[in-house]
Amino acid sequence: MKPAAFAYDDPRELGHVLDLLAREGEDVKVLAGGQSLVPLLNFRLARPDRLVDLNRVEELAYLRRDGDVLRIGALARHADLERSEEVAAGWPLLAAAVRFVGHVQIRARGTVCGSVAHADPAAELPVALAALDARFHVRSARGSRTLGAEELFLGFLTTTLEPDELLVEIEVPAPPAGSGSAFVEHARTHGDFALGGAAAVVAGREARLALLAAGPVPLRAREAEEVVATRGSFPEAADAAVAALELTGPDADWRRALLRELALRALERAAA
Amino acid sequence: MTRQIAVDLNGLVVEAEVEPRLLLSDFIRHRAGLHGTHVGCEQGVCGACTVQLDGAPVRSCLLLAVQADGHTLRTVESLAPGDGLHPIQAAFQETHALQCGFCTPGFLMSIEAFLRHRPDPSEDEIREALAGNLCRCTGYRAIIEAVGLAAERLRGA
Repeated sequence: MKPAAFAYDDPRELGHVLDLLAREGEDVKVLAGGQSLVPLLNFRLARPDRLVDLNRVEELAYLRRDGDVLRIGALARHADLERSEEVAAGWPLLAAAVRFVGHVQIRARGTVCGSVAHADPAAELPVALAALDARFHVRSARGSRTLGAEELFLGFLTTTLEPDELLVEIEVPAPPAGSGSAFVEHARTHGDFALGGAAAVVAGREARLALLAAGPVPLRAREAEEVVATRGSFPEAADAAVAALELTGPDADWRRALLRELALRALERAAA
Repeated sequence: MTRQIAVDLNGLVVEAEVEPRLLLSDFIRHRAGLHGTHVGCEQGVCGACTVQLDGAPVRSCLLLAVQADGHTLRTVESLAPGDGLHPIQAAFQETHALQCGFCTPGFLMSIEAFLRHRPDPSEDEIREALAGNLCRCTGYRAIIEAVGLAAERLRGA
């Protein structure tokens, strides 16, 4: 229950972070909030050679509205999102989702970008960000690129980020004019990992729906969105959302039923 | 491989040479010798090791001691003046909000931060604020009562 030894750097500048990540022949991990990584270190499920700690890189510690978009820097913490009046006013889906993340002590440290890079399909913010068509800005010493959720999330706890790349910023466009949004989830107790969840943004027949714990990645339910656009029926959309899911195991049936109900509730509440 | 750190721990600057892998919880207990911070699960679930870093409640088992270098840390030992009890501690005692006491330091540090931001909380808010701390003795009822009583007294103070 104690981490194995590692080399440790806490650079002050982003350029230095990227240089450290580019080192060859070392297993280097980025440490941001540490609320997922440090348990893995404590269990020795992760044994990196080197940790690069972002916590002293002040240029990454921002959360700001920039015209029509919200910019979430790599060091913006869940608590920053939770307390932001701009987020509450302009991106209420994020404000709703972040309240389900862990507990207050976890949100004080955990970062939004860290949660995305960790890519747990049962995490709230990746699902909400997928529903908001967020763009993920990635930097390395080689250059930069920008990805959508479906290009970023590859599998369970896996993204398309290369070992030398850092998720430096999440850019969240404003939701469509006149839209409503809703985030719902089911967990055994508040703050526990959710067994299922859904995030919806709805403006008339334009709907965006993403599902939590419905597969290996935060899942955008494109089929369901198509059903809303063509038929305008939320129950049929909820059917479509779960029809395509590849759920296996003894609990597949009730998980499908749960996700269908949560998808329906999210769509209905977003439209209300 | 070791680093020199200096942490403002309960108002005193503690300097130490530490390995980067040393957890903040172990630094507090084994290097600074403050045993009030308890270590339960060491995976961020139980909340027993909750301390305040720059005023915010955090899990000390999920931080490295090197990360606290130059920061302000408060543990349960900072609450009570001298031999007395802090109003939250007194409320815990009066409402029987602890039995074995293992989880209590973590609860106290979470609650102290909570009441600073929400001096007049509803019961729902209290329940949500306590959700990150596990207690296996009391069933929480008395702890909720203690928070309400402490809030009332702190508002009057």
